[in-house]
Amino acid sequence: MKKTVFLGALTVAGLAAGASAAATLDDVKARGVLNCGVNTGLVGFAAPDADGVWGGFDVAVCRAVAAAVLSDANAVTFVPLTGKTRFTALAAGEIDMLARNTTWTFSRDNDLKFEFVGVNYYDGQGFMVPRELGVSSATELDGATVCIQTGTTTELNLADFFRSNNMSYDPVPIETNPEAQQQYLAGACDVYTTDASGLAATRANFENPGDHVVLPEIVSKEPLGPVVRHGDNEWGDIVRWTLNALISAEELGITSANIGELSGGSNNPEINRILGTEGELGAMIGLDGEWAKRALMVGGNYGEIFEANIGEATPIGLSRGLNAQWKDGGLLYSPPFR
Amino acid sequence: MSDTNANSTVAFVRHDTIPEREPPLGERGLIKWLRENLFSSVTNGVLTVLSLWAIYLILAASLPWLLNGIWDAPSIRDCRTILDGARGGCFAVLTERWNQLLFGFQYPSDQYWRPTLAFILLFVAFAPVMFYKLPRKLLIMTAVYPFLGYWLIWGGSIWVPVFAAGGFVAGYMVYRQFITRSFAIAFFGAIVGAFVFWWIADFITPVLANLIPIELEFVKSRQVGGFMLNMILGVVCLSLALPLGIILALGRQSSMPIIKWICVVFIEFVRGVPLITLLFVANVVLAYFLPPEANFDLVVRVIIMITLFAAAYIAEVIRGGLAALPTGQYEAADSLGLDYPQSMRLIILPQALKISIPGIVNVAVGLFKDTTLVSVISMFDLVGMIRGPILSSTDWNGVYWELFGFAALLFFIMCYGISQYSQWLERQLATDHR
Repeated sequence: MKKTVFLGALTVAGLAAGASAAATLDDVKARGVLNCGVNTGLVGFAAPDADGVWGGFDVAVCRAVAAAVLSDANAVTFVPLTGKTRFTALAAGEIDMLARNTTWTFSRDNDLKFEFVGVNYYDGQGFMVPRELGVSSATELDGATVCIQTGTTTELNLADFFRSNNMSYDPVPIETNPEAQQQYLAGACDVYTTDASGLAATRANFENPGDHVVLPEIVSKEPLGPVVRHGDNEWGDIVRWTLNALISAEELGITSANIGELSGGSNNPEINRILGTEGELGAMIGLDGEWAKRALMVGGNYGEIFEANIGEATPIGLSRGLNAQWKDGGLLYSPPFR
Repeated sequence: MSDTNANSTVAFVRHDTIPEREPPLGERGLIKWLRENLFSSVTNGVLTVLSLWAIYLILAASLPWLLNGIWDAPSIRDCRTILDGARGGCFAVLTERWNQLLFGFQYPSDQYWRPTLAFILLFVAFAPVMFYKLPRKLLIMTAVYPFLGYWLIWGGSIWVPVFAAGGFVAGYMVYRQFITRSFAIAFFGAIVGAFVFWWIADFITPVLANLIPIELEFVKSRQVGGFMLNMILGVVCLSLALPLGIILALGRQSSMPIIKWICVVFIEFVRGVPLITLLFVANVVLAYFLPPEANFDLVVRVIIMITLFAAAYIAEVIRGGLAALPTGQYEAADSLGLDYPQSMRLIILPQALKISIPGIVNVAVGLFKDTTLVSVISMFDLVGMIRGPILSSTDWNGVYWELFGFAALLFFIMCYGISQYSQWLERQLATDHR
């Protein structure tokens, strides 16, 4: 509690200091580079490859925004941040946006004075246990030692879940996902808990994935999304609608394969509005008409980005689940482009 | 002797010496060594057997893993396919990410020669300081190196480091002008002189950089990483902390109360705070107090914090050395008519520093290893590279032993080297207590 107040006070101080820097869009354009906060490394979501080029599901959002604003998907400085440094970096103006699998919560939105512009991945906290433990439900975990990442919402959810089920547990605090993986495999804890996507990715990389089971219970809602600072709504709108454009594009069938053909004009007026051949949507958010087209040309629509980075064809092998389009039974639902 | 023997009446006298015989089997060669060193008693014998067994277990576990290792594979999954259930390390991660481990993942790959050259020159620069028998002219290289090294690693226009060096030269000129009058005037005059020079140079540099553009591609601090970052932090912080520590130690012994209390409060404060806290302050808290445009380099902030931290420890080590000197040494210096700087420079410090060598080296080794703590504030030093980008890439997720073993090996080589050098130096300087 004290920590939150302290962070909040710091944030206010930071906002007061950075009040002159309200027009983030102008700053980004003047700088020619988008400063985007990402994870220091999370399999499938953000990690640099052998040549130092960042890739991943969260990174794709940064690149899409950079393409929309600066016409160059590579005009991004990726600022790697840990769970502890991410909010201060954003509040202090070190980064323009944060795309670091950050859960949208009430206190982060209001107390820390941030703006969650949407959800790019619907996650939920799950549990993974070794098969030989013979556990089939999370309610049987009374007295277990649990590996848990500090400074995250999972830590709090875990406490809530065990308390509401009248169970006790022994936390083993760890800093990063790779560390947790190692601790879990070495038997330092019976259970590893984090977002279900992380569990699936972690398990897929084990030498013997079959020896471990992800329990069916999902104990929390973890809507992960990009974050910007309070107080600059124009910039927030740009990030929000870039994300929405990615999602709408999948719904409407705009892919990186057919985008060239569709931008010549199509029968669907909404596609035309997104791609800028009809209406003046770009001008309304301070960009040119082809902003969304450029964002989509980087890595394709939401579905393509998903499949390329974390989908079933990759070693991580996540299924769409909640992250399918609303028409397919998922939760992805972009407001219309009108 | 033989005469006496000839005249006596003993029945048998040997006239020739018995030929030398081999010592008994148990008293020579390998067996003797074994008996004396490994099996000198029942307890020692049992311990020897147990130790051999332990060594066997360790080797049996690690040798196949080392020798069977895979050095060429694109990902950990391919490693596992190639090994096909056999025991073996996946060292392919080291070959594939070699440059990232050494230079970080953001350093421009066509510029790798620059830090490499800086690393080689580092030894040239350190050699005359470390080995005092080398020709003294090599010290010029030592003086030039900080600016050359900066230019090689960070790049930019050559005129920036040239004028930075010029400031020191200007300061030294002023010092030379006034030193005959008073040390204090010369010292503060030198500082003023240097700053005036830098203030003027601030106007000249951009003009000159346009007229005569000699420059390397500029590399931002954020792009510096890997073991290079550990080396930079270790070398720079230690080089700065040593003089600062000496000043603090002398200040703590000063008879002037203000100077004394400033030094005491500083040392006690810094020693009472964990390094990681200072690093968080450098990274997070300072960002709030500086305006967003003030791009105060993160590496500089971290260097300042680590330097202050190490200086406080070194100051205490040197204070121990000063306290170990008999009062007679101070009195001897006074009776020779030396003033304070002279007596310190010529009599007290050489002795005190010699006594402090083991302690200083201890701090140095600790400091060098502490540089890995910067990985906690999302800087990508060697450990940060491993913990972050490499272990969380889809290809190498799960390769722990190989990577951390490599990191341990690099640090061991450096720290063992420092330790060996210090022991050599102690032997060289052992002028008393023979």
